Amino acid sequence: MSKPKGFEKPVGVRDYVPYAVDKLRAIERNVLDCMSRWGYRQIMTPTLEFYETVGVASSTSDQKLFKLLNHRGTTLVLRSDMTAPIARVVSSLLKEEPLPIRLSYHANVFRAFEEEAGREAEFFQTGVELVGDDSPEADAEVVALAIASLKAAGVTSFKIAMGHVGFLNGLFEEVLPGRGGDQQALKKHLLDRDHVGFRKAISELSISAGQREELEGILRLRGDKEICDQASVLGRHPQAQASIDHLCKVWEVLEAYGVSEHVLIDLTMIGDFSYYTGMTFEGYASELGFPVCSGGRYDNLLRQFGRDVPATGFALKTNRILDGVKGMAQEEQLPVLIRYTAAGRKEGLARAAVLRAQGRAVVTLLIEEESGSRQEPEERYEKIETFH
Amino acid sequence: MAETLKVAMPKGRIYKKAANLFRAAGLPIPTEVDETRKLVIELPELNMEFILAKPVDVPTYVEYGAADIGIVGKDVLMEENRDVYELLDLGIAKCRMSVIGLPNWQPGIQQRVATKYPNVASQYFREQGQQVEVIKLNGSIELAPLIGLADRIVDMVETGQTLKENGLVEMNEIFEITSRLIANRVSYRMKNAQIQSLCDRLQQAIAAEA
Repeated sequence: MSKPKGFEKPVGVRDYVPYAVDKLRAIERNVLDCMSRWGYRQIMTPTLEFYETVGVASSTSDQKLFKLLNHRGTTLVLRSDMTAPIARVVSSLLKEEPLPIRLSYHANVFRAFEEEAGREAEFFQTGVELVGDDSPEADAEVVALAIASLKAAGVTSFKIAMGHVGFLNGLFEEVLPGRGGDQQALKKHLLDRDHVGFRKAISELSISAGQREELEGILRLRGDKEICDQASVLGRHPQAQASIDHLCKVWEVLEAYGVSEHVLIDLTMIGDFSYYTGMTFEGYASELGFPVCSGGRYDNLLRQFGRDVPATGFALKTNRILDGVKGMAQEEQLPVLIRYTAAGRKEGLARAAVLRAQGRAVVTLLIEEESGSRQEPEERYEKIETFH
Repeated sequence: MAETLKVAMPKGRIYKKAANLFRAAGLPIPTEVDETRKLVIELPELNMEFILAKPVDVPTYVEYGAADIGIVGKDVLMEENRDVYELLDLGIAKCRMSVIGLPNWQPGIQQRVATKYPNVASQYFREQGQQVEVIKLNGSIELAPLIGLADRIVDMVETGQTLKENGLVEMNEIFEITSRLIANRVSYRMKNAQIQSLCDRLQQAIAAEA
């Protein structure tokens, strides 16, 4: 690699100039305000964590973790999400706090080797975790809050796809009892979004024609509530049945929230199996080619930190929303320019203090008489006041 | 009124076969589209817009959402490894990815493989436990073993005619190639009904042809 030029920075990180920051902050503020109105309180955790604890527990795959060594040679990670750090805090500092615990955050997170646009190495997430409640009510609350947050962020046209990892686990266990390898292979195809590979794999399995049809049918299990009814006929395995019942209840709560029009059920949508344990969801905005939020239930994570409680949550990909949402920053109010001579300084600065106390932005400038003062571009200011 | 579905179509070899499949599926694509040099073609009566792209770029357009769906060979999908839905095997433009060499090939100490598909080739040889040096070329790959740039090549084989004429033999097949229908992750949800109905129609047409 050649020596970087002075203006270069590492691949995958970005600068935010003032007008972009205005917009990012506006989105962040609106979303966090929205979350606080749902009773979620903000938490901050360090950028650096131990690899052995938070790094290993996080849902980010090992090769995507940004690792470094401290002066003792211990491996650290730059946090790859906020869920694992929050699990650590809830299990330690907030150990005595009664459940349920509602926390929100806005933070920069890091991923290694994501080099193309839309795959940044550092990006922002705004999200919540609801710890200590495993009811359908809790799952519906985070989905409804995700919808409210997307609206607060200025995203107008969006959809949430919702699934449940237990459904496929149960269905596969029923059709392929004890055949872990085959089950794993099928899940891998779905995780890779490879429907062609999935169909091919089931055509090669030694199962009955009816079962084959049943498995192929799950590729079409996408839509409204009727999917729940269709699926409950399919999955007779108790785990599949329980998952569908749970999803149906979540759907009912979402109907009561009045947001079910934004939600579709997709039973083939699966996140990382080792991490998610129940309902999972992903949000999509029509202006953007990549998902804008994701979340779900992860009941096994907190146990790794010594507090065995269920949890559910989601994160918005805030800077992707920034790229796609228009006109979010408020009308920018230009500052006032106060020019003064040495004689008018006291009066000018007093006037500036008055305006600033009123909440106005004020820039001051000394007029140097002998050299003729610097010409300030007038269009930068709302008005100019001069004091002699 | 549904939104327009943006379709990334591969220029060249696959295009005509794909367009004919669309026609067989009851989507009358005007024949003048086949000959046009325009890159973006609106098909308002079908509620579609065709984007004519270089085949290797089709998955990129789809991954980033510049196109909702696309048609592309499995060879490109394997090489590019993009995060898209692979919805349907269209069964057209059938061929295979193979390892090719001279008939008297013997493994040397430093083995070189020339290919247009460096990711596919590296992965294949890694899985075979073979240490090879992969050299990326952009065309006329068959030249490499003939003039001693590489001792084997990895390339797409359709009829095997080019190989025969150049005295090369197909040593191993890596995978079968056909064209696939792919979809963007967001479009797959946001335009769910449109994409599903297109999928169903294509699937029927494929079944009818088989």
